[in-house]
Amino acid sequence: MKITALGAVELGKKIQAREISSVEATKEVLRQIDALDPIYHSYVTVAGEQALEQARAVQKAIDEGTLTGTLAGVPVAIKDNLCTRGLRTTCSSNILSNFVPTYTAQAVVNLEKAGAVIVGKTNMDEFAMGSTTETSFFGVTKNPWNPDHVPGGSSGGSAAAVALEECSYALGSDTGGSIRQPSSFCGVVGMKPTYGTVSRYGLIAYGSSLDQIGPISKNVTDCAAILEAIASYDPKDSTSVRRGDTRFTEALTEDVKGLRIGLPRDYYGDGLDGEIRDAIQKAAKELEKKGAVIEEFDLGLVSYAIPAYYVIASAEASSNLARFDGVKYGYRAKEYDGLHSMYKKSRSEGFGAEVKRRIMLGSFVLSSGYYDAYYLKALRTKALMKQAFDKAFERFDIILAPTAPTTAPKLGESLSDPIKMYLGDIYTISVNLAGLPAMSVPCGTDKNGLPIGMQLIGDCFTEKKLIRAAYAFEKTREFARPAVVLERERKEREDGKNI
Amino acid sequence: MAKTYETVIGLEVHVELATQTKIFCSCSTAFGGAPNTHTCPVCTGMPGSLPVLNRKVVEYAMAVGMATNCEITRYSKFDRKNYFYPDNPQNYQISQLYAPICRNGFVEIETKTGKKQIRIHEIHMEEDAGKLIHDEWENCSLVDFNRSGVPLIEIVSEPDMRSAEEVVAYLEKLRLIIQYLGASDCKLQEGSMRADVNLSVREMGTETFGTRTEMKNLNSFKAIARAIEGEKNRQIELLEEGKPVIQETRRWDDNKEYSYAMRSKEDAQDYRYFPDPDLVPILISEEWMAQVKAREPEFKDAKMARYQAEFDLPRYDADLLTDSKKMADLFEETVALGAPPKKVSNWLMVETMRLLKESEQEPDDLSFSAAHLAALIAMTDAREINSTVAKEVFEQIFREDADPVEYVEKHGLKTVRDEGSLRSTIEAIIAANPQSVADYKSGKKKAMGFIVGQTMKAMKGKADPAAVNQMVREAMEKQ
Amino acid sequence: MANIISDETIEYVAILAKLELSPEEKEAAKKDMGEMLDYIDQLNELDTTGVEPMSHIFPISNVFREDVVTNTDVREQMLANAPKQKDGSFQVPRTVE
Ligand SMILES: [Mg+2]
Ligand SMILES: [Zn+2]
Repeated sequence: MKITALGAVELGKKIQAREISSVEATKEVLRQIDALDPIYHSYVTVAGEQALEQARAVQKAIDEGTLTGTLAGVPVAIKDNLCTRGLRTTCSSNILSNFVPTYTAQAVVNLEKAGAVIVGKTNMDEFAMGSTTETSFFGVTKNPWNPDHVPGGSSGGSAAAVALEECSYALGSDTGGSIRQPSSFCGVVGMKPTYGTVSRYGLIAYGSSLDQIGPISKNVTDCAAILEAIASYDPKDSTSVRRGDTRFTEALTEDVKGLRIGLPRDYYGDGLDGEIRDAIQKAAKELEKKGAVIEEFDLGLVSYAIPAYYVIASAEASSNLARFDGVKYGYRAKEYDGLHSMYKKSRSEGFGAEVKRRIMLGSFVLSSGYYDAYYLKALRTKALMKQAFDKAFERFDIILAPTAPTTAPKLGESLSDPIKMYLGDIYTISVNLAGLPAMSVPCGTDKNGLPIGMQLIGDCFTEKKLIRAAYAFEKTREFARPAVVLERERKEREDGKNI
Repeated sequence: MAKTYETVIGLEVHVELATQTKIFCSCSTAFGGAPNTHTCPVCTGMPGSLPVLNRKVVEYAMAVGMATNCEITRYSKFDRKNYFYPDNPQNYQISQLYAPICRNGFVEIETKTGKKQIRIHEIHMEEDAGKLIHDEWENCSLVDFNRSGVPLIEIVSEPDMRSAEEVVAYLEKLRLIIQYLGASDCKLQEGSMRADVNLSVREMGTETFGTRTEMKNLNSFKAIARAIEGEKNRQIELLEEGKPVIQETRRWDDNKEYSYAMRSKEDAQDYRYFPDPDLVPILISEEWMAQVKAREPEFKDAKMARYQAEFDLPRYDADLLTDSKKMADLFEETVALGAPPKKVSNWLMVETMRLLKESEQEPDDLSFSAAHLAALIAMTDAREINSTVAKEVFEQIFREDADPVEYVEKHGLKTVRDEGSLRSTIEAIIAANPQSVADYKSGKKKAMGFIVGQTMKAMKGKADPAAVNQMVREAMEKQ
Repeated sequence: MANIISDETIEYVAILAKLELSPEEKEAAKKDMGEMLDYIDQLNELDTTGVEPMSHIFPISNVFREDVVTNTDVREQMLANAPKQKDGSFQVPRTVE
């Protein structure tokens, strides 16, 4: 099998077995990027020589026997809102287009300790604000299954890079669905862990109370292994949670007997694409066959998640993004007249339309006279939603839902109507508000051949249950790869290369 | 008849806490580093950095709160105060609005008109801003974040003060409490204690408050007193002219003795406070409060009573010595080394205060060691040096913390005990000044002073004045 | 549209947010914000009386650092990305007249 087609753990095992070297794997990945990225544009920055150097160092440690983990030597792509020392980190924004951090995000440090090789930084919606990766200052990323469609967002570059086999796995961040929705659109596995599981230190904040870093991978095994590597209690992040049960790979069993799975009726009503409903119900049947207990129920409050989210996320963002002012780093306008002009011009030229829209909204809802009516109201709504989930998890181990109401829309269709775009996150957003873990797992394709994802939502700290169910389900179906990847592999085989 | 007005004053006092590190990062709070050498991603607002609270800050804030009779908030939180300014690296200051750590306290002040309680509305914790240096050459400003993130407490009083005198008494009281706690050195000049003055005037007898202004940039008690006088007069003039007072922030210019509005279209003064999602709440238990309380030092009033009882000091001495923690500490340390309390007190109250005044310093600036003062007192008690020499030596102790034993040795200042040489010196001087002897004999007793003076001069001040007096008198009588 | 956003409001919010909007952007912002607020107003259907606003999901409290200096001088790193610097400091347009 072609190196780039291997899952991260599979590749890692071959590297440990000295069947493949980290340098070889990295070169293959860089070659794949060379071939596909000009069309799909998953990456903002490809690390190239830096990655090869890292691969050589890692290989040396592997050869010396000091790096023995399954992810050692395996190439990874990092979403461009995670700071990487010496490697440009842009948040896909003009305002950070020249920013080279002098520190590395803790999640990435954890991966590096495990021997990961960073091949580059992936494209995203500017500051993670968007659901299509079209708001990037560096141009749109295209869907690996059909380049006329979006890859989803905001971690669209990471999801596309994994599907295109331009990396073995990737990190994304999820504030309102930004890992799960692009994973669903690109036909890969993505998980948003319980809030506080992965340190946010070095993640450039969007909505601090909602942001969480997580894995995007080809399969559930990888997802568990990556999560195990990145999860850590971090004294640098005050919201980091000290949890003992982070041996997520232990949950890679097919045992779902007696697992109680709830299907919220409110998630399967109007607005959900029929093909998606069918695919998920089919998936539910598969899990039922394996012994899970499936039941429908009413979750409630679903329509309030998006308005509450936009108040909270925009408010936090308006404050989090205040630091981008042309003083300490990033873009400064060329011409200005005095301090305030410098601020305004730098920010107006540095931020794109969607970011400005959310900063304006966030500033408004926090402004004098509106705080109670909007911000506190949203925090109260959040409390009610948490209660609704608590109630559901008294009855169920897992909630099974669609990840998104539709498959990937066409490029350029979403941005014109923001509210409609925001509605696309209806099934993912409440998970962030309640701090829950959730993952998106491929469960089929629509009539146009675009992937469908199903979402498994768990109670806080129950990632293992999600992994168990996802793993069991994954065993029931074939892993699907985009045509462009298969085509390239076929061509290479004909050319007699690398097989 | 001319109207009479009452001035209503409330204070917001910022105090820099004496921690080793900043409030949210492990950078040093030390003064005097080159620009930006005490910085890290957190205190320069780098993307992705996160704050982690310094435990000591909470404990200092609690200690100040308890010492000022505040209720301690059991569930306290941090909020973000959003505004743009280059010394504020995140463009929000982490502060406390909704759940400050202390509330509803008071301190008692004493002025000419008697005792009075000044209520404290709240005390909250927050981070300090960086420093801006204005570069005349390039018409730009330079930002140094060394002070960015230094922990502050802001003590907000109720509008309970009516005069500059009360304001100064209140500030001195706060300063004393905080210094005793060791929570800050509270130096106004250096900015470790800063006061913003909220002031309004109203016609005497009126119940409702007038419109207030806030004055910033006050860095000495004198400037505060002048600013209060200036702003009071400005507001009264406006009212007399039938013009409204505008609620605004004003900057006091102590040279011109006038305050200026700091208005700008760009300062909307809408801080959009909201709970900081990067920080978790502070839960304060009974046990924690008890621990902090147990570390509370003896404050001025208790010390004063003890000094009077234990050391038999007059109330006046006890009061003066305890007016500064530094002074009280010096006193106690010197006494602990065996020096007689009243003598220590005298040195501190008389010579020390004189030299402080002369050098325009505050008791907190004292830098000599108790050991050296104790040694000096021991030497005078043993009559190894006379009091004139002792004063000279003390000046050296005061200025350079000189070792009195070494100093006296080096400069040969020991009292001459050799009676023979003293006697022959006196005899020589008497012989050389027959007129003085004659004057003395004819009843002009003052003439003896001249002979004593000449003798001391000849002995280069090292003679024991009592012995010289005695021997001169005997010699004159014998003539 | 129930929420009519005035020119003054947009200008005021732009001052708070330190954004300079073109006339077209202002018009778009008025429309967008009005629509978003209409949408957000849905929340008013929910009775939240007596519900505590929830900032943090978990009841974590008292996360502290000890007061020990561990950071060293990394000025060059902190200044590495500065658009303008001088004498070891970040250079900005003059802040006082
Ligand atoms: Mg303040
Ligand atoms: Zn720092």
